[in-house]
Amino acid sequence: MAYSDKVMDHYENPRNVGSFDNDDAGVGTGMVGAPACGDVMRLQIKVSEEGVIEDACFKTYGCGSAIASSSLVTEWVKGKTLDEAAAIKNSDIAEELALPPVKIHCSVLAEDAIKAAITDYKSKH
Amino acid sequence: MSMKKPIYFDYSATTPVDPRVAEKMCHFLTMEDGLFGNAASRSHQYGWDAETAIEEARRNVALLIGADPREIVWTSGATESDNLAIKGVAQFYKKKGNHIITCKTEHKAVLDTCRHLEREGFEVTYLDPEENGLIDLAKLEAAMRDETILVSLMHVNNEIGVIQDVQAIGELCRGRKILFHVDAAQSCGKVAIDVDAMKIDLLSMSAHKIYGPKGMGALYVRRKPRVRLEAQMHGGGHERGMRSGTLATHQIVGMGEAFRLAREEMASESERLRMLRDRLLNGLSDIEEVYVNGDLERRVPHNLNISFNYVEGESLMMALADLAVSSGSACTSASLEPSYVLRALGRSDELAHSSIRFSIGRFTTEADVDHAIKLCHDKIQKLRDLSPLWDMHKEGIDLSTVQWSAH
Repeated sequence: MAYSDKVMDHYENPRNVGSFDNDDAGVGTGMVGAPACGDVMRLQIKVSEEGVIEDACFKTYGCGSAIASSSLVTEWVKGKTLDEAAAIKNSDIAEELALPPVKIHCSVLAEDAIKAAITDYKSKH
Repeated sequence: MSMKKPIYFDYSATTPVDPRVAEKMCHFLTMEDGLFGNAASRSHQYGWDAETAIEEARRNVALLIGADPREIVWTSGATESDNLAIKGVAQFYKKKGNHIITCKTEHKAVLDTCRHLEREGFEVTYLDPEENGLIDLAKLEAAMRDETILVSLMHVNNEIGVIQDVQAIGELCRGRKILFHVDAAQSCGKVAIDVDAMKIDLLSMSAHKIYGPKGMGALYVRRKPRVRLEAQMHGGGHERGMRSGTLATHQIVGMGEAFRLAREEMASESERLRMLRDRLLNGLSDIEEVYVNGDLERRVPHNLNISFNYVEGESLMMALADLAVSSGSACTSASLEPSYVLRALGRSDELAHSSIRFSIGRFTTEADVDHAIKLCHDKIQKLRDLSPLWDMHKEGIDLSTVQWSAH
């Protein structure tokens, strides 16, 4: 399969790989997907008291497009409010990375991961 | 991305044509060489020369499997041979019975043919292999009925390289007067075959898995006791009516030469491949959480199918782009199905997704193997650093107890 240059760039040099302490009240964690389906994304956000996402990180088990999608969204959510981050659409991710139709589910998963992280953060407050 | 071609580790998918084979094939094409004739032309030299070349090739193919040349039927490849054998027997013997036995880990050429016959009213038993990929003979025997007309099992599995005990299966079938078809696409020229000792009635062969050309194969059809087939390709009555169509002289010559070379070189080549495969296995086995798929002892020397736990298959293939290997995960196609062969062995979806098949061959070198070992070490480390599953494994979490949000 031919990957776009942007997917290759994120795959070769993934941004914001890592983990935050989930016990930290300012951290929201979203884990979506299933190993049996071939992809699991864990996206974490660190939220300021003003409700702005200060930092984000991820780890992903999945194909190159899944890794690239999650890497990209960690860049996008930084500096956004929770509402702004929740408004990110999978189609934006797919367009930015030029994902082929069979890989659209990777962008859907990345959108789900953001929403799951925000939900987790809100459940703590 | 480097412009260099990846190192070829996919000899079970196909092999390059051996230069000695290619050279010989080239003589059967042009007017200049004058050996392009139609073997069915009985009235002139061109036809006679083509027939002579084809009969020499037929002898070479027959010799490799201990058959009589008159028992070899040329086909377009192992897929056609499987179709001809299974449909041909089913349709000819349908008055005798309507039951066929095969296995879940067979090649699609066998499985899909059996599915087709089910739609025509035949009953098919798909045996489960054991965890090591081998057939339990007791389970095979238990599946046999009075209406069973055919058992179709492969000699060597294409994904995991395990070798079935075809001799014992042959005994069982002969004792019950059930015809025995063997898909030998992956075993011809790799392991010894003797159709008489093994009591095989039909055997599918392929040229391109053993350094011959693609689009060329053969079916062995036993003469004593005689096995009958309903032809699937009708026309000029070539190949004793079993497979019509003008014989592709250059392809057949290529297959014959490839089989001749295999017969001469099999012993020394197997030894060399086994050393390389063991070198590869030793080099990879100090990586944590690796699993060899399929029995390691009863296995062809050139295959290593291995799963790297907590690493996803497609990203692994991307990481190993310098190596032309095959993945047990079909993620590159629209379906996200893991290998049905590994699933049939009881492997989890995760392990099936993260499997890589290395298959080495005539032109693989020690340096190729060493390069592959180093690359696997580096890339698997990198992908595990990225993997939330690896994190969880390291924290001691049993992933099977996690509630996943499947999508």
